[in-house]
Amino acid sequence: MLTLSLILLPLIAAALIFFIWDEKLSKQAAMLFALAEAALGGFTLLNAGNKSNTNFDAAWSSFGARFSLGMDGISQILVLLTVVLVPFIIYASYRDNYNNRFYSLVLVMQAALVGVFTATDGFLFYIFWELALIPIYFICLGWGGENRGKITFKFFIYTIGGSLIMLVTLLYIYYTTPGDHSFAIKDLYAAGHELSRSEQGWLFWGLFIAFAIKMPVFPFHTWQPDTYVAAPTPGTMLLSGIMLKMGTYGLIRWLMPLIPLGWDSWGRTAMILSVVSIVYASCLAIVQEDYKRLIAYSSIAHVGLISAGIFAFNDEGLTGSLVQMFSHGITVVGLFYIVDVIVSRTKTRNIDSLGGIREVAPNFALLFLIIMLGSVALPLTSGFVGEFLLINGVFKYNHWLALLAGLTIILGAVYMLRSYQTIILGEKNTLTSTFSDLETHEKIFLSLIVAAILFFGVYPKPLIDMVNPAVQEIMKVFYSGLIR
Amino acid sequence: MKELLTLSLTGIIIMIADMINLRKFSFPIALLGLATTISWCVLNWNHTEYLVMDGHIDKMIVFDSFANRFTLIMSIIGVLWLMLSENYFEKLPNSTDRYALVMFVLAGAATMVSYSNLTVLFIGIEILSIALYALAGSNKSDLSSSESAFKYFLMGAFASGFLLMGIALIYGGTGSFDLEEIRRAVNPASITNMGLIKLGVLMLLIGLGFKASAAPFHFWAPDVYQGAPTPITALMATIVKTAAFAAFYRLFSVCFVPVHEVWMDVIAALIVLSLVIGNITAVMQHDAKRMLAYSSISHAGYMLFTLLCMGADSKASLLFYAGIYSLATIVAFTVLFVVQETHQTTSISAFNGLGKTHPALAICMTFSLLSMGGIPPLAGFMAKYYIFSSAIQQGYIGLTLLGIAMSLVGIYYYFKIIIAMYYHTGDADDVKITVSPLQNIVLALGCIALLILGILPQFLHGLI
Repeated sequence: MLTLSLILLPLIAAALIFFIWDEKLSKQAAMLFALAEAALGGFTLLNAGNKSNTNFDAAWSSFGARFSLGMDGISQILVLLTVVLVPFIIYASYRDNYNNRFYSLVLVMQAALVGVFTATDGFLFYIFWELALIPIYFICLGWGGENRGKITFKFFIYTIGGSLIMLVTLLYIYYTTPGDHSFAIKDLYAAGHELSRSEQGWLFWGLFIAFAIKMPVFPFHTWQPDTYVAAPTPGTMLLSGIMLKMGTYGLIRWLMPLIPLGWDSWGRTAMILSVVSIVYASCLAIVQEDYKRLIAYSSIAHVGLISAGIFAFNDEGLTGSLVQMFSHGITVVGLFYIVDVIVSRTKTRNIDSLGGIREVAPNFALLFLIIMLGSVALPLTSGFVGEFLLINGVFKYNHWLALLAGLTIILGAVYMLRSYQTIILGEKNTLTSTFSDLETHEKIFLSLIVAAILFFGVYPKPLIDMVNPAVQEIMKVFYSGLIR
Repeated sequence: MKELLTLSLTGIIIMIADMINLRKFSFPIALLGLATTISWCVLNWNHTEYLVMDGHIDKMIVFDSFANRFTLIMSIIGVLWLMLSENYFEKLPNSTDRYALVMFVLAGAATMVSYSNLTVLFIGIEILSIALYALAGSNKSDLSSSESAFKYFLMGAFASGFLLMGIALIYGGTGSFDLEEIRRAVNPASITNMGLIKLGVLMLLIGLGFKASAAPFHFWAPDVYQGAPTPITALMATIVKTAAFAAFYRLFSVCFVPVHEVWMDVIAALIVLSLVIGNITAVMQHDAKRMLAYSSISHAGYMLFTLLCMGADSKASLLFYAGIYSLATIVAFTVLFVVQETHQTTSISAFNGLGKTHPALAICMTFSLLSMGGIPPLAGFMAKYYIFSSAIQQGYIGLTLLGIAMSLVGIYYYFKIIIAMYYHTGDADDVKITVSPLQNIVLALGCIALLILGILPQFLHGLI
């Protein structure tokens, strides 16, 4: 019941805010509802130990799809990320003028994301998966930057193409379930395990492409940098902070345990693609001049490592990937906020035209430093915990791949430190000499992000404890299908 | 039966009202007639009625649940259509009998979904078509309207020829016009004139393919759709299309299942052609009305899937698809009609900046286009889902993948309008867009129905 209310609350809020024509009032209402959702989310997580609180199941359609939701540790960490980040994103949107329709879309998006992370029915999962796409498309189309018509359209076609293939794949498995057919995740798992190796091989690609587009993994990433740059800042935050995790979550929940033999045949290929996208995106990030684009590429590199950890499918890899999803979400929202701060003061994102901000804005320089170090996974930041576990997991799978995947930290340090150096250190110029230090509301935003990064860097145990039982559970399902 | 009688009677009453200078009552009478029809449909929910000719045992019309549900859907769409086009006829010079003609279209449509005899099918098609030819040319001052009417008439007559030829050949092969008789006669084990029947089925397919505007028999559709007055195009794309498909389905599901190997491949070919030609050509259109015409050809392709994958579920899938497609089309054409009244053009650029100048209208159009594109949670997705789902179940994986690829192409051109509305800026921001109250109701009802039926499809899918 609690899970259902987590989906319904933002939907109701979106419907209400849609009719609040007053711009200021709609802003405040959106924030109020987002905070209420966060509180409700916290309450749900505290009571998640008792399954009857989180599970929901109702008859829905005539063809075996049920409206069933559930929340194990894997869902919990991502729901937590969603309910925590959305207030931040709405707060960040205060910097610009957005109207009631924008906030409605953000809240619909939030409902859909919670739905994706908690659906335990294949069809319902698909519906939420698509529902998440529509608001973000209209956010980018309505409030984005230059050339957004073409760019966001490419994004839309890419993702919807991938998801339609996913639908066919799920349907294929659905029709092998016994009796009147069912979309329930348990039945799909059972049916998927019964399929032959070659069938599972095909289905692997059907699902992998859908998830790989969403993450994105090389070579399905071409929509991503343009879209991140063209989207308005809150849109970019939604895309990179939360929506990207739909893909990695999909891998863990809807690919690996569903068709383990497909992984056996093609997992290595997918792993190599992930590692390629790490190295490729890192190298591209190094040469970027636009800071927003640089973060976009760094996001591909990070998600490549997450996906590599998932394809290793061991304890460390999975736990690491989940912790890193959480940490990356927080960090990347902080980074995009920093870009917005810089752009609002200097009207440019070009790294080389900036410099010497430290002298005029010491507070900004400090908070930026910590978030940036969180992104390069320095020990004692939350990024380190995730990446350490991930590389550990990949190492167990294959030493050489781990070596290559480890490049992400080194190359990450190269592009992040180099850009930080150029922007913050160095000589002041005409653009940056008038750079004013952070205002109070900006300080609050970045301090909260920094606090989260440091807290989970020093004390990651709550996150690991949250996901570990669920990780064990899903590995059990996976290996039972693999050994058959 | 009473449904059919009510519709015809309403048409006649409106004609009389027109004659005795009570034209202003035409609209309320039409609405009342449709409301009565809807009530009859609801009252006769589980009741099957027959029309039997004197001295024969053959049934002419069987008003069964299939006929009942389709008549219900078409009458509801008819009500929405009347509301959408409320003021249109009054504006035209020398307009008489228009509402009567629309009622006859509906009566023909009701005949087409309830026939049990091939001659009645032909009569139904002609009742519908002749009224429609006149309606297509109803704007006499507009050349393209007359052109459209003439083209439609020529092509329609041509198609009727094929249809009659097919009926004659089937009669030659089986000795009967009655659907049940034909079904008994086409048993492959006992049949003697297989050649005649094959040819007859093929001719019927061509004739009905014309009426349903499935490729490669679609050439009339874009010109006729574009030339006819916008409300009439909306009528053609909704009620007429639904009736044509229901007739198509009824004929093949009742009569020709035993010889399905004869026509299955042909249907598959029609599907491939309709999907590819309809969608690819629509991409290249710059005129929204023409684009919707091509998109209606592609939707014919999707609806043909229900004939290919005939099963327990396919009847309901067809009803759902036709109903949802009609709803979305009515909404789209309402917006198009309003935009056309404002800008005097139906090109896609007329939609530029609509998101700013009239947000509500733009949102309705978006709902309709997303539904036609098959994007959840709107009902168009469920419509496609039912169809693809049964196609996968019956092993048509290749066709399904083609259908999915083509629905991506569909999204491409539907989004041209969405991008125009939200991204491009219009020439003038101060254009005054007026939407009548009835049109507002159509838009609101349509959008709400699309959303609710997308989330709870069994309300419509479970009807039959």
